[in-house]
Amino acid sequence: MSEQTNHTEGEPRVNPVLPYLREDRMPHIWCPGCGIGTTVNCFARALTESELDLDKVSIVSGIGCTGRVAGYMNLDAFHTTHGRPVAFATGLKLANPDLKVVVYSGDGDLMAIGGNHFIHACRRNIDMTIVCVNNFLYGMTGGQASSTTPDPATTTTAPYGAFEHTFNLPFLADSCGAVYVARWTTYHVRQITKAMKEALAKKGLSFIEIISPCPTLYQRRNKLGDGLQAMEYYRDNSVVKSGADTREVEIKYQGEIICGKFVDRERATWLDCYNTRNAAAIGARYRPYPWRENGEGGVK
Amino acid sequence: MKADPSGVLTGRHYFDGNHACCEGALAAGCRFAAGYPITPSTEVVERIAKRFPHLGGVFIQMEDEIASSIALQGAVWAGKKAMTVTSGPGLSLMMEHIGLAAITETPCVFVDVQRGGPSTGLPTLPGQADMMQARWGSHGDYELIALAPSSPQECFDYTVDAFNLAETYRVPVMMMMDECVGHMTERVDIPAAETIEVTPRRYTTKKKGEFKPFEPGENMVPDMAKAGDGLRFHVTGLTHDERGYPVINAQAQDKLIRRLVDKIRLQADRIVRYEEDAVENADVIVVSYGITYRVALRAIEMARAKGVKVGSHRLVVCWPFPEKRIRELAARGKPIVMAEMNLGQMYWELERCAAGKCKTALVSHAGGTVHNPEVIYNAIMEAVR
Repeated sequence: MSEQTNHTEGEPRVNPVLPYLREDRMPHIWCPGCGIGTTVNCFARALTESELDLDKVSIVSGIGCTGRVAGYMNLDAFHTTHGRPVAFATGLKLANPDLKVVVYSGDGDLMAIGGNHFIHACRRNIDMTIVCVNNFLYGMTGGQASSTTPDPATTTTAPYGAFEHTFNLPFLADSCGAVYVARWTTYHVRQITKAMKEALAKKGLSFIEIISPCPTLYQRRNKLGDGLQAMEYYRDNSVVKSGADTREVEIKYQGEIICGKFVDRERATWLDCYNTRNAAAIGARYRPYPWRENGEGGVK
Repeated sequence: MKADPSGVLTGRHYFDGNHACCEGALAAGCRFAAGYPITPSTEVVERIAKRFPHLGGVFIQMEDEIASSIALQGAVWAGKKAMTVTSGPGLSLMMEHIGLAAITETPCVFVDVQRGGPSTGLPTLPGQADMMQARWGSHGDYELIALAPSSPQECFDYTVDAFNLAETYRVPVMMMMDECVGHMTERVDIPAAETIEVTPRRYTTKKKGEFKPFEPGENMVPDMAKAGDGLRFHVTGLTHDERGYPVINAQAQDKLIRRLVDKIRLQADRIVRYEEDAVENADVIVVSYGITYRVALRAIEMARAKGVKVGSHRLVVCWPFPEKRIRELAARGKPIVMAEMNLGQMYWELERCAAGKCKTALVSHAGGTVHNPEVIYNAIMEAVR
């Protein structure tokens, strides 16, 4: 965690994000200089500032370094299978629409093995927030190429340099129907926090891509320095263009990183459409889902 | 507890097995289903899609069977009873999440309307060749429960049982139907809701801090929690301790996996179910299940008409296999004939349990249609010769 707990006298000061974490699971597995912990810090702050009832917030992760986030959050947390957190979260959300559901995973998990689930969740506009920490490779398994590794970065499975065309994630989310799309780097902690707050408040599928350093595998193998040098690169090469056309925000190797909020629009969610369609077809007999017992609270 | 009357279509119906399976699920309290179209199972979810909006349920057609088989588990952890429905090729895709349901002890039901395989095989024609896949298809050691109905009435009855077993033991329960049973239309009596026993989910009464989501309770099965209740629990597909926290070592693996397996193996006597007829004085016993049981009945009748004393042992619960009973039957020393619509799957179990104590014979069939009863008859006559 980036914040220090400094105390000289009196009661020890508690790190403000500590209540959001499972302290009994610390230390975490992330390497020094890794950006995932920074994003978790932002997420904890976004939860505080959102004033959400944390008992109603569920976090779902897949597999990978970012996939471990769910396990460290003091929320109802689900560490599912590789690539499938979005599909799990779809069932979770539709079974109890009162839950605030957040999917938190990496580029390998969400966009390669889980790509099909991602695009369909965007198309359906399932009411959930998806945070994708993009470190340009598979970290947990030792640094293999992912669908976002830019040409010519080297990875263990692209020893002569990556050469495939990459996914432009904001464009993918936008074109598939996400209602909120933003990108920031782990240098932009305030902007990430604000984006997460907005995403949590947004009805429908909100998507945030966070560019994050992997000093152990990506930085070192490509001779890009450590975590600090990654921050300097993000600071010097990020260009904030909120409202930019997502077709224009593709990331090139060590090129400029276009950040900002690209999409913020209204579109009926899956559940809205489900109720609208059924009400139109079935008529007055139709009771909208979820059926409320005694006016409010849980679902039948 | 008794079934919620809103979901029970009490009365005398003329249904095919797939529709009866849907009604069984609704009677059992299923209010979430995820599916992907696949012949010959699709009628189950088609009927669910039509019925759910009137019952406060949600059906979603997912992008594939992988998604369906995990969306339903999300729904379970949000408090719903849930199922998915598929056939062989879809079941192959679902294997990853049968394993997830096993290790996270997520009570759920998978319906497999079996067709001929492997691969695309015979989409519109029957098979019983998924029996071993249902039991062993996901990697690692685990146990589950599988039932094999032989009629539309049993498709209704056993689907209710499947949901109840899933709640009792917190395992994925497989409904091993087949194309014949799924598409055959017969009388189905749906009883009054107050006569249908439904097992409610056993939720913990403990508070946050004292609740451990994987601490074994009654029957070695932990109490459940659901998202949104303030327990702030953690569920993972990694090997975990009673808190649900990952522990990656041999001791934690031994403790967890032995319990997952033992909760079924050590309680198999309570789960195993079969139907027998005239086995005590039989000179030969026919073992069968599902649609093949119906065909075997004709063969048994033919053999009895020739004066042969034929007994019948019919598997209702296929997994866990009725090991103890088959050992007893084999110890009599009289031959056992098994008929199944595959080239020998449950027969391996039969041979294992018979352990050379009696002669065994397999009447195999590659699938595509049911056995000709005469083939089973011939095997019976050959066995007693």
